[in-house]
Amino acid sequence: MNKLELSSLYQLTMVRFRLFLREPEAIFWIFIFPILLAVGLGIAFRNRPADVLQVGATTTQLMQALAADKGLTAVTVDEAAGTHSLATGQILLLAIQRPDGVVYKYDDTNPDARTARLVADRAVQAAAGRHDAVRAANELVHETGARYIDFVVPGLLGMNLMGSAMWGLGFSIVEARQKKLLKRMVASPMPKWQYLAAFLLSRLVMLLIEVAVFLTFTRVVFGVPFRGSLVELGILCLMTSLAFSALGLLTASRARTTEAVSGLMNLVMLPMWILSGIFFSASRFPALIQPFVRALPLTAAIDAIRGNMLQGMSMSQQTAPVTILLAWVVVPFAVSLKIFRWR
Amino acid sequence: MTNGAATLGTRVAEGGTSLLLRGVKKAFGDVKAVDGVDLEVLRGECFGLLGPNGAGKTTTIEICEGLTEPDAGTVELLGLNWRANAGELRQRIGIQLQETQFPDKLTVEETLRLFRSFFKRGISVDESIKTAQLEEKRGARVGGLSGGQKQRLAMATALVGDPELLFLDEPTTGLDPQARRHLWDLVDELKHAGRTIILTTHYMDEAERLCDRVAIMDHGKVIALGTPNELIASIGGEDIVEFAVVESIDSPVPKAGSPPHGPGPVRWDPGPGAPVAHGSVDEAMLLGIPGVKSHRVDAGLHQLAVSETHTVVPRIFTALTEHGLHLSEFRTHSATLEDVFVRLTGRNLRDE
Repeated sequence: MNKLELSSLYQLTMVRFRLFLREPEAIFWIFIFPILLAVGLGIAFRNRPADVLQVGATTTQLMQALAADKGLTAVTVDEAAGTHSLATGQILLLAIQRPDGVVYKYDDTNPDARTARLVADRAVQAAAGRHDAVRAANELVHETGARYIDFVVPGLLGMNLMGSAMWGLGFSIVEARQKKLLKRMVASPMPKWQYLAAFLLSRLVMLLIEVAVFLTFTRVVFGVPFRGSLVELGILCLMTSLAFSALGLLTASRARTTEAVSGLMNLVMLPMWILSGIFFSASRFPALIQPFVRALPLTAAIDAIRGNMLQGMSMSQQTAPVTILLAWVVVPFAVSLKIFRWR
Repeated sequence: MTNGAATLGTRVAEGGTSLLLRGVKKAFGDVKAVDGVDLEVLRGECFGLLGPNGAGKTTTIEICEGLTEPDAGTVELLGLNWRANAGELRQRIGIQLQETQFPDKLTVEETLRLFRSFFKRGISVDESIKTAQLEEKRGARVGGLSGGQKQRLAMATALVGDPELLFLDEPTTGLDPQARRHLWDLVDELKHAGRTIILTTHYMDEAERLCDRVAIMDHGKVIALGTPNELIASIGGEDIVEFAVVESIDSPVPKAGSPPHGPGPVRWDPGPGAPVAHGSVDEAMLLGIPGVKSHRVDAGLHQLAVSETHTVVPRIFTALTEHGLHLSEFRTHSATLEDVFVRLTGRNLRDE
């Protein structure tokens, strides 16, 4: 045996790798799942050429007036059939010819239907002879970095770092405790800090792979921009992973069964899935709960990663989220080391 | 020096005391798990803690292993104590705990490499695999091992540090008879290699087979201490006679409240209102037979501690026949540690 093989920290870290790599499900969740999610969302929210909206009209004349606008396709239907098409989502708007003018039937809570209302009315008025008072022309811009996929990639990255760190630490530790392996380990001369350090070391290596694979994929396939420093992006990912490792450790520090810790971890992660702005901006939540939302580690992580990737901000420009993230590294670690149950 | 000490002389001279407990107590809430235990284990000895489940064996051994802090008393291992010398003690002892499940997806060799890395000095991984007779399973995942192989792996993880003192907590519980014997052979080898071993068990045959000395524990106390032979001799009777009776094979009507007698062993059960004077086993009558030292009934089975079995047995037959009783079961065996426990507590080891 060489020197490295005799090092307990090396052995403990290798055990973590082996156990991880021999768990195919874990590999799926950490490496494959985020990519599938990004692909799915990328397809669903891809930037299409401006939508052509489906509308219906009760007379042929009205239908032709509507169809004259490039933004609409129109069909002729009677009022009853049109109402049914409206209810089943086949058309967004039904234009009904009445003796005294035109009535538009549509759902005003649906943004597409509201657009259809504006476009349809413009077409009807133009057909009736209205002229624009001001001459207007369009200049179209499709800016990388302003698309939904650009927004959601940092969110998915944050979510993935949270999941892999929390499950990676929390579940494994409680499983070892439940199987009395933890007790057996402390009955040996193993330095306790090395047991926890091995988790962090293996997490670090996994993190490199996880982040690199995901970001390379989104870069190549979607052209997601990296406007900030890559080194700082790496540091932010590392801090995120450490913060959630600490939280995972805290969650696992007392639990005796894997069932208990699974429930506990979902409880801890659930508010962040909803509130931390993975899929939409966290600023949509009411001002009243904003302080809480901002204090969550995932909100801070995603904000900071978005700032780096999309706006090219440096860490010194993002002191608030970086400070919050740091606090989430230090405090849970300190608390869990105090209350950790070794048997 | 007395004769008795002289036989142990070489050992004592070589080593002295490996483990010393004085007045050790531990309570969990209202339950006194260990209630004032004193023990001394000599170097090179195989010492057994024997007792039923819940007697305090595991708590005692875990106090020795430094995993549980005693409420009172002193614990000394190899002349050191847990408070001042924990680091050194961990290096010098080997521990096998009850119910450790090693990770299923590691191999035998990987598991042992891991544990070997914790010790500054010790035997090689190969050697530990060889000692535990796991050569064929070296590359196999732990999840695929049998119960006996898993237990031998646990033993190997305790041996990789070449410990001066080895703790085995219920090493054969849950194993099939063949795996048990296999493990006993392994312990035998370790004994012959001169290691000090402390083991707990609730199998008296295991204690008799493996241990130089045994402490019998019950309700957190040591109720007997000595070599298996000394303990067996201490209850007086050299042999145990066990029998069960039926009142009369001629009795045509089964008693109300009793099931009809089928073939096979029948339990003697007087039932409510049954005539007691006639046909029942009279304790005074049995104790009156010369050579019978004691009597107790356990689930219809009468147990007599007797000396000079060959002369006593015919007298028992005669006495029972005179009282109109017929035997449905009869056997004799040499007294065991089980009988010692029964005599001391009035309960069977496995009652709990």
